[in-house]
Amino acid sequence: MEIKVLGPGCPNCHAMEELAKKALKELGIDAAIEKVSDIKEIMRYTMSTPGLVVNGKLKHSGKPLPSLDKVKEMIKQETQT
Amino acid sequence: MLKEFATYVTYELIKIERGTHLGDAVEFFIYDTLKIFILLSVIIFVISIIRSYFPPEKTKKILSNKKQFIGNIMAALLGVLTPFCSCSAVPLFIGFIEAGVPLGVTFSFLIASPMVNEVAVVLLWGLLGWKLTAIYIGTGLLVAIAGGIIIGKLRLERWVEEYVYQIQMGEGQEVVKPTFKERVQYAKDNTKDILKRVWLFVVIAIGIGGFIHGYVPEDFMTRYAGPQNPFAVPVAVLLGVPLYANAAGVIPIVSALINKGLAVGTVLAFMMAVTALSLPEMIILRKVIKLPLLAVFVGIMTVTIIGVGYLFNAIL
Repeated sequence: MEIKVLGPGCPNCHAMEELAKKALKELGIDAAIEKVSDIKEIMRYTMSTPGLVVNGKLKHSGKPLPSLDKVKEMIKQETQT
Repeated sequence: MLKEFATYVTYELIKIERGTHLGDAVEFFIYDTLKIFILLSVIIFVISIIRSYFPPEKTKKILSNKKQFIGNIMAALLGVLTPFCSCSAVPLFIGFIEAGVPLGVTFSFLIASPMVNEVAVVLLWGLLGWKLTAIYIGTGLLVAIAGGIIIGKLRLERWVEEYVYQIQMGEGQEVVKPTFKERVQYAKDNTKDILKRVWLFVVIAIGIGGFIHGYVPEDFMTRYAGPQNPFAVPVAVLLGVPLYANAAGVIPIVSALINKGLAVGTVLAFMMAVTALSLPEMIILRKVIKLPLLAVFVGIMTVTIIGVGYLFNAIL
């Protein structure tokens, strides 16, 4: 499983990363989170940060952040397929 | 009803003597705090729902290859409706340019977006009434449209950082369209988010406003910053620049000063400087535009905002 958090390093991006970490832990999935701060790379997915990409699919972008349950759901969707 | 409640709390519960400065200040504080927080919750919630229909990707599509003028007008309006935080100004700017949104039109968007923001609008409305709020929104949009048109006419594309033109956007993946329930959830989250961020500033500022209301003499501001003082507007604009991102803390204080004779044009100019001329936004923009264009942008904004101040001091 490949998880990316998109963001240039604003407080919300850190919060997004924490959410993703927590979600993975609660789901018992062992996956590394890649932080993407390079603007060119971010632009491949979205214009609104922070963003969450799971297995190459953009799951969330912009403010406000999704809830923990929502993030878990986003990750779960990708594990089933 | 709120008014009665504030009166009751001040004079019956806390038992402050009627007709005192302290009583005035406390009553004013309780009434304004309640009113502002009710307004903030309701209006931010409604605006968030509306905004969920205008994601940046959609706005970009609407604005791409639009002609000048019409494009500037639409960009300013969409700047108000599209949710966007200044930390994503860089990807947004690149996304717009890459999609063929003209530079001047992009700037109309970037100017309008922070200037006509929900917190500023609610506070102005709650504290100064709808007429002044309408004037603020109207002139804010005009400044954004005019500023963008001027930047467009000057043909400053060469002062955009080269790498901006080289970035290729992916097909712009779109998150699945939210259901109405999700929009409501989004609006709830957003409202909570914003309230959490601003509540302390608002309470403190209303407190200071209440103090001013009760203790500062009626003609205090008229003496120093009345409409006759030609330096009041430029000084107000300069003061506004370092107060960025703090419209929440600034408006209650300023609105209390209006009752003490601070000229309305000066207030409008000050508010616009606070919201639209922010140092962090300039630093962020510097990543995508070169210094001369940044200087032109700041210059145009400063001149038009000062102009707005003088204009309203003259006619109101």
